[in-house]
Amino acid sequence: MIMTTEQTRTHAIDINALSRKEKTQDKVIETCLKIEKLDLYYGENQALHGIDMEIPKKKVTAYIGPSGCGKSTLLRSINRMNDLIDSVRIEGKILLDGEDIYDKSINVAELRRRVGMVFQKPNPFPKSIYENVAYGLRIQGINDRRTLDETVEKSLRSAALWDEVKDRLNDNALGISGGQQQRLVIARAIAIEPEVMLLDEPASALDPISTLKIEELINELKEKYTIVIVTHNMQQAARVSDYTAFMYMGELIEFGETTGLFTNPAKKQTEDYITGRYG
Amino acid sequence: MDNKKIGQHISRQFNEEMENMRNKVLTMGGLVEQQIEQAAESFMSSDLGLAEKVILQDDQVDKLQIEIDQECTEILAKRQPAAFDLRMLMATTKIITDLERIGDEAARIAKMTIRLDSTEYYHDQYHEIRHLLEMVKEMLHASLDSVARMDVNDVVAIASQDQKVDHEYGSIIRQLITRMMEDPRNITRALDVLWTVRSLERIGDHSVNICEHVIYMVKGKDVRHISQDELEKVMEK
Repeated sequence: MIMTTEQTRTHAIDINALSRKEKTQDKVIETCLKIEKLDLYYGENQALHGIDMEIPKKKVTAYIGPSGCGKSTLLRSINRMNDLIDSVRIEGKILLDGEDIYDKSINVAELRRRVGMVFQKPNPFPKSIYENVAYGLRIQGINDRRTLDETVEKSLRSAALWDEVKDRLNDNALGISGGQQQRLVIARAIAIEPEVMLLDEPASALDPISTLKIEELINELKEKYTIVIVTHNMQQAARVSDYTAFMYMGELIEFGETTGLFTNPAKKQTEDYITGRYG
Repeated sequence: MDNKKIGQHISRQFNEEMENMRNKVLTMGGLVEQQIEQAAESFMSSDLGLAEKVILQDDQVDKLQIEIDQECTEILAKRQPAAFDLRMLMATTKIITDLERIGDEAARIAKMTIRLDSTEYYHDQYHEIRHLLEMVKEMLHASLDSVARMDVNDVVAIASQDQKVDHEYGSIIRQLITRMMEDPRNITRALDVLWTVRSLERIGDHSVNICEHVIYMVKGKDVRHISQDELEKVMEK
């Protein structure tokens, strides 16, 4: 094809615009969560060995690794879910915006408001769709109808569920599909405006279409929240995350930008795992 | 890099698919190497039968390219490969593109042989390209070796060989120009030689490209469009 002068010029302008865009993307990455020398024991068994990492703010960080490598344990320790297990002992620190969440002065309920969590199996309450989302506000003592209405709509919209359920907000939440339930649970978590969202295999019990909807949602949510996700599906980690951490036998083996980790991992263990080789 | 790497997947089927694809790439490399040798031979000894054979063989090379490309696509769709596997597939599709082009250049030389036979020129005067041919053949051979062994140790040497090829190419061009100026009756023959020399020079470039793809496959570094010095630095790391 022969380009006219004008076309050539337009082309040149595009290139300039591209290089400018690249420059503006060079922003400093803020840290949201800082994990320092974290050891975790289940009774005698050490499940996490000296984890050190910084989870960046308003990015998606994914944990991958074989079953039993400690990724869910690590995720759960970020909002102190492990406190509920008697035999657990934790050493080291997890700093949320510079504050140690294991400090005695920390109010755990308040921490869990700031750090929301979504599990593998959708777990809506046996209440109406509306009440599920409003629940977090109600236990904070907010009962003003208008505030509740607004928050419910906003949260359901953010969770990309509003259009599907707006006509049946008073139906029982257990009556909607698994994919919708999972998005409802995410809406419930968003309603109380957390800073961090922990997702523990949020799509592994869902069909491919619902999975894509959740992935799409994660991509939208990272504008507002720091997202940490555990997944067994490596392609999912590659698709949704900005950073990926590979864990093995309770240790953090490799942590870095997702694109680099999946095309050219630095450690052999990572390579063997993501390419499906014998470790 | 461990050569057995592609045979270590938990899925044996995946291993077989990768092995199959790789074997085809090596077969294609062998064919192309043979093509070049025979094309050059046919050109210098004016062997029309050999030239025909080279042109026919090009079909085989083209078919292999399509087959390998299809297999790569299938593996990508089925296995969602990552890391080395992914790089290997990406590099392979590029390597076979270069191989196919080398095959085309060989066919072009062979066609030139046939065309020249109908003219009244002497055919034993192509001594100037013999040296260039040897250099290019060595380069292609070494780059195919690096594909087969997944080994990048010789790459710097191959790249610097390419600079010598370019130099040789330049000096042949100068000779041809001189002869054309001496006597315009030389022009037709000189142009024919020029096309052939040009094909050989391109084969050198394709050989370097192949090495670059192997570096990407093995080291995960993209070394296209960098200087020889930069290449040496990358390879030291």
